[in-house]
This record gives sequence, structure tokens and C-alpha cells, in this order.
Amino acid sequence: MIEQIFFYIFAIIAVVSAIAVVTSKSPIHSAIALIITLLQVAAIFILLRSPFLAAVQVFVYVGAVVVLFLFAVMLLDLGGEKIKEQFHQQTVLGVISSVGLFVVLLFMLSRGSLTAPTGGYTEAVLAKNTEVIGKVLFTKYIYPFEVVSLLLLVALVGAVVLVLNQKGKDGV
Amino acid sequence: MDVWALLIIPIVTSVVIVFITRKWKNLSSYLSIAAVIACFFIVLPYLIEALGNPHMHGHEQAFTWLKVSGLHIKMGTFIDSLTVVMLCIVTFVGSLIHIYARGYMEGEEGYSRFFACLSFFIFAMLGIVLANNLIMIFIFWELVGLASYLLIGYYYQKPSAADAAKKAFLVNRIGDFGLILGIFVIYYATGSFNFGEIEHQVMAGHVEPWTMGLAALLLFCGAVGKSAQFPLHVWLPDAMEGPTPVSALIHAATMVAAGVYLLARISFLFYMAPPEAGIVVAYVGGLTALMAALMALAQSDIKKIIAYSTLSSLGYMVMSVGLGGTGPGMFYLMTHAFFKALLFLGAGSVIHACHTNSIWEMGKLYPKMKATGVTFILGSLAMMGVFPFAGFWSKDEILSTAFDSGHWLLYGAGTLTAFITGIFITKIVLLAFFGKKRYHGNPHESPPSMTIPLVVLSVFAVFAGLAGFPGLEPNFGSFIPSHGHHGPHHFNFLVAGISTLVVFAGILIGWKLYTGEAEPAHRLKAQYPCLYKVLENKFYFDHFYDGVLVAVIYNGIGKILNFIEVNIFINFLINGFAYNVRVVGRALRGTITGQLQHYALFMVSGVVVLVLIFLQYFV
Amino acid sequence: MLTLTHFLILSCILFSIGVAGVMIRRNIIIVLMSLELIFNAANISLAAFAYYLESITGTVFVVFNITVAAAEVAVGLAILVAVYRRRKTVLVDQLDEMRY
Repeated sequence: MIEQIFFYIFAIIAVVSAIAVVTSKSPIHSAIALIITLLQVAAIFILLRSPFLAAVQVFVYVGAVVVLFLFAVMLLDLGGEKIKEQFHQQTVLGVISSVGLFVVLLFMLSRGSLTAPTGGYTEAVLAKNTEVIGKVLFTKYIYPFEVVSLLLLVALVGAVVLVLNQKGKDGV
Repeated sequence: MDVWALLIIPIVTSVVIVFITRKWKNLSSYLSIAAVIACFFIVLPYLIEALGNPHMHGHEQAFTWLKVSGLHIKMGTFIDSLTVVMLCIVTFVGSLIHIYARGYMEGEEGYSRFFACLSFFIFAMLGIVLANNLIMIFIFWELVGLASYLLIGYYYQKPSAADAAKKAFLVNRIGDFGLILGIFVIYYATGSFNFGEIEHQVMAGHVEPWTMGLAALLLFCGAVGKSAQFPLHVWLPDAMEGPTPVSALIHAATMVAAGVYLLARISFLFYMAPPEAGIVVAYVGGLTALMAALMALAQSDIKKIIAYSTLSSLGYMVMSVGLGGTGPGMFYLMTHAFFKALLFLGAGSVIHACHTNSIWEMGKLYPKMKATGVTFILGSLAMMGVFPFAGFWSKDEILSTAFDSGHWLLYGAGTLTAFITGIFITKIVLLAFFGKKRYHGNPHESPPSMTIPLVVLSVFAVFAGLAGFPGLEPNFGSFIPSHGHHGPHHFNFLVAGISTLVVFAGILIGWKLYTGEAEPAHRLKAQYPCLYKVLENKFYFDHFYDGVLVAVIYNGIGKILNFIEVNIFINFLINGFAYNVRVVGRALRGTITGQLQHYALFMVSGVVVLVLIFLQYFV
Repeated sequence: MLTLTHFLILSCILFSIGVAGVMIRRNIIIVLMSLELIFNAANISLAAFAYYLESITGTVFVVFNITVAAAEVAVGLAILVAVYRRRKTVLVDQLDEMRY
């Protein structure tokens, strides 16, 4: 019961702040709303018995990604833009189609059904959540893990190159 | 795996020459020569094995090449004594001709290209010989066709050479069409492309006789094209536009013999098929032999005379195989490869010295070119079939096969051919090497790289016939897997005597016609003007093909097809579609706004619509 | 009692808001933030499935997802900075060179 109450609290805050991300005038406000949403998602992960994911969510998203966003906003000085310019002229259509998407998703959800649990990762096993994930990550998923780390490296180098090159050419 | 090396070495050499060593002419030629000699040494162990055991067990290797449902093609090699004979001819004669070509082609433009093509040809030819299935034969069959095309058209700036190359390719195409139809028929009847499996099916009597006859004749069409039999013989004389080593290697010793080899490979089909199939083949061969010999009489180009004699020799072989004499046919093929290559190379040496092909501009070359002269005369004697040279034994086997078969017409044609061959070979020898001096400039003996192959070949031209010596046991005949004929050939003194007499008569007539102080050029022409004109125009075959077939196809069918193409395909289909595409494209151009979010909107609404559609139909 | 459906509905809501954000906002930064919302929605459903199916695969996948998202943001913001230097704008609808 308590879990359920917490879930609703987290969920409502997440949805409200997500709407704020999409609608607020200033990118700074959006970024802050995004932080709130991401923290709620981290809390949801805890409800799903996955403190490791919650920690990663906080470290990576709140600690790195959103800070990166804020840096970009401040670096480019994107503060004061009027609300009218903030929205695309297809706003109405966009909202309608995303509502349609939501309805369709809900409909499919109502049709689906969960089959029996497949794995052996019961709640008892998940008590040592981080250890379990670590073991799987470095044994069964070692190759995807390596690939993803390489991807990350390439992305970071690529980001640096993208920013540096322009600087050299334009002298900005 | 050394069998695959036989294919890999030449093709790699060819590619290397084309892409890497093209600039270094000598290196290219040495590479090419080394490749073919290497192939010869790879073949040697098999030759030794075959000599030790005439009925050697076939070596077969295969890998899966294509596998789709219902069709499973394996590529592979098969080596039995028949293969070994061909392998030895191709690599041994090939080696000598490669060496010869180094001297002959000196200073020609595209020297490296020539050797690249030669290596490519060796690759393709070995592919035909080694193939254990019909698909592989067909592929390599086309590849030798390509090699032949490239080499005939070696002097591609010369229109006549380019035309000859095209002619060879197109005429071969007609035969190849029959070949592939034959392959289909065989696959339809036996469900296999592999020779061993086909033979097993055929010998077990699982195939209807008429199907076998049809398949055999269709495959024979391929041989008709490649081995230049009547009525597709027209390309071979024109193919002499290529350099002389090419004529010797491709258009005398090896490629044109591929047709005979194919017939020998599938001889079991002729054995089991209705006898009419074999008879057709034999008559085509006999007709070609006689006709080509007649045409040779009226030629004055030294290479063309030899080319026509090649035609007639090929006719001999085909006749023999058609009559069930695979052994004699292959025996003739082997000896022919030696002495005909020798004749061509000798002719090349003469051409090299005189810078002309016409035998009327040679004469009295013997004192100047002793080595060429002696070897050429030896080759001529072998070609005419004078005892005891190689040609005597092999020709004799074919003639006695014809004699024993009871087809007197064929035997008569063969004997007549031998007689005429005597005349025109004597003519070349007398006009080129003896008589009055008619050449210009100062001809001199060719370099050793050309004369040494001549000497080696002449040794074989003299002695190769002993492989079929009747007293020898086992002799050549026992090597060739044969169905109709049993055991080694037995000598027929009557046939041998008649053919020897006939040849000497031919030599005598040739002697009378082409010696003496009076200008011998037109003696034959003066006596039989009509006949000579017919012969000179090669029985009007080219006129017929050009005038009737080409005219009908070009101007009749071609115009109709052109009309259909222009109106239906171009105007309606191509332009119509293009127009519609343009209209639709213009209409749809508005959707490409460049705005990312428009695309996102399209995508999301598309997802919604698709999901709704799927829900309607599948849930 | 919390069920899988609870989490999935939350995931659907966040996903739809993210999609709406991508479509209606002109500011590239906010579009990128909306993309992060979509990622998170997917992560929630993966984690929820993992929990209710008692399988670890979904959880591991979320880890990978977060990594990829981080890479994407890094490159995306770098491109944004580069574009801004050249065009002096961050509005998506003004970057329409690729039209007909």
C-alpha cells in the first residue's frame, strides 16, 4: 500500500515536470524540470528493486547529461526568447497525434498480457542488486559492454572534434 | 589440392600481369612462361601415374558452389587418363608456345597484355579439361571463348582483326546455345551435372534413348562451334588474324580440340543413344574434313592453309569420335597438337622473317632458315601422315575405324582428305622453302627462343605416333576410356597401304603442280577455273551467311524489333514511366520541407495509423 | 498492489509527452531534452519488465541505454554548438536547407 502511494507521488511529479519540460518558456526552466523528472524516474527504479539503476540514473543523467544541457544553454546564451517563438506552427497537430499515439499505446497495453516469469532473478536474488548486475554485465554481456564503451569513447572524441573544428575555421 | 593450383597459378599470373607487372615486359613474359611450366610440372605426377596404370582410378574433388532448393551444383575436378592426356598437351605445348611467343612477339605493342591473355587462356583451358561437371565445363568453355576473342583481336586497331574476333565470338555463341540446351536436357533427364553420376544413370539405362540422342546432339552443337565443324567452321580461318603463337596454341593445338574432348567425355552418351546420333556427328566430321581440305587448296596465305588443314584434322577427330572411336580421336588430337603447333610455329617463324603471309612472296627460304625449314618439313610429313611419322599412326587408326564401321562414304572422304592434304602441304613446303626466290628484303633465321620450341615439337611430331604403335601393349588406345571399341587398336595393312599410296600420290601431284620454272601460281586455276573459284570463295559460306542470314536478321527481324523497341519500350514504357514519375515527384515535392519536425509528425501519425490498421486485421 | 501495468502506463505517458515535445518545440535544446524523456520512458518499461519477468536482461539493457543516451547527448550538443556558431540560431525550423 505504501509502495503504491509512493508510486503515485513519483509518477505524478514525473508527469507534471515532464509537461513542464516541454512547455516552459526558458530552457533553464526546462532543464530544471528535466532534473526533477529524472529524479522521479530514479525513484521509480528503486520501486522496481533496482537501486543500481537509480544510482546510475542520478549520476549519469542528473550529474552529467543535464549539466551538459545547462552548459549548452549558458554557453549559447539562449535565455530570453518569447513564448510565441518557442512553439512550432504545427503544435496543435503535434499534440493531437501524440495523444493519438498515447491512446493507441494504452489500447495495446490493455490487449497484452504478461506471461509467466522466465528468469531466476527473484526479489531475494535482487537483494544484492549491484553485484548481480555486475556479474551479468561482465560475463554474459561482456561484448555488448565493450562495444558500448567504445561507442561512448567515439562519441566523446567526436563531440570534441565537432566543437574544435568550427572554432578553428570561424575563429569564434 | 595441387589440382586447384593448376587453375590458380595461371589466373593469378594473369591478374598480376594486368595489374602489377604490365610495365615490365620481360618480367611479364617470364612470369607467364613460369606459370605454364609450373602447371606442366604439376601435371607430370599424374602422367606418371597414368602411364603406370592405364585404367587409373579417377581423382575427383568437389565443393559445393551453389545450393538453392532443388538445385545443388558442385564444382570440382576430375582426373582420369583422358584428362591427363589433355592436361599434358595443354601444358606441354603451351609451355613451348609461351617460350616461342617471347621471341615472336618481341617489340610488339601490348607485349604484357599478350602474355596476360595467354595465361588467362591456360587457366580457362585447364578449367575445361579438369571440370567434373557440365556447368563448370560451360563456364570455362565461355572463358576460353573470351580468351580466344581477346587474342584474335590482339591487333584490335586493325579492322579485320576486330571483325575476326567478333565473328569467332558470335559464331561460337550459336554453338554454345546448343551446348547449354544440351546441359539442360541432361539435367532434366538425369538430375545431375556431374559426369560420373550422369554416366552411371545413362549406363544403367535410366534415360530414354531419344533423350540421350537429343542431349548428345545438342552438346555436339557446342563442339561444332568450338571445334569449328561444318556449318560453323567459318570463324576459324578468320581467326588467323591473331598472332601466330595464338593460332598455334588456341586455334590448332588446344581450344579447338576442346570440342573433341567434350565429345570424348560424353562418349558414353553416344554409346547408349540411338546410333543415328553418332552417325550424324561422324558425317559432319567427314564433311568438314573433306570440305576444308578442298578449300585449303585455293588459299595463298600460309596461315590460312594451315588453318584449313586444322579444320580438316578436327573433322577427322570428330568423325572418329562419332563412329565410336574415342581412342583414335584422342590419339589424333594428341599427335595433331604436336605437328600442327609445329607447323604454325614454323609458319610464324617464316612470317617473322619475310613480314608477309603470302606463300607467293616467299620461296627458296631453306638456305636462309635451315632450322625452321627442317622442322617444318618434319611437321609436314607428320601432318600428311607419312610412315613412320606421328600423323601416320593416328590417321591410320581413324581411317581403319571408318573402314571397320562400314560407312564407305566416310572412309572415302577420309582417304580423299588425306590425298588433298598431301597436295596442299607439299605446296606450302615447296613454295615457301624451295623454288624461285620471291621474297623481299633479307630474311634470316629466328632467335633461339623460337627455334628451340620448333626442334622440341618436331621431335614429338616424329615420335609421338609410336605411343599408338600397334605392337605396343598397353598403347595409347588403352588409356582412353572407351565404350564402343574394345582393347587396343589392331593394325589394318590394307587401310595403311591405301592411305600411304594416296598420300604419296598427293605429294607427287603437289610436286608436279608447284615446281618447275614456269610460274606455278595459276596452274590449278587455269585448268579448273570454275572449281578454283568456288574453292577460293570457300564454297560461298561467308557469302551465304552475310548475304542471307545477316541480311534477313539484320534488315528483317532487326527492323521489326527496332519498331517494337522504339514504340513500345522506349516511348511507352521508358518515357511513359519517366513522365509519370516526374509528375508524381513534382506533386510529392511539397512534402519535403526540410523541417525535421514535419517529418516527426508524419512518422508519429504514420505509426498511429499503422497500428490502427494492424489492430483491425490481426487482433 | 503495484502491477506491471502501472509502470507501463507511466512509461506511455512520459513517452507521449516526449514525442509531443519533439514535435512542438522549436528550440533544439528542448527537443533534445524531450528525446531524453523518451529514453527514460523506455527505460522505465524495460526495468519494469525485468522486474516482473524476474529477468536481469532488461536491467542490463537499461544500463546500456543510459550509456547510449549519454553519448547521444554529447554528440547532439556538440552539433548544436557547431550549428549555432555557423547559423546563429537554435531554432529547428530555420535549419531547413535539406528541402526541395
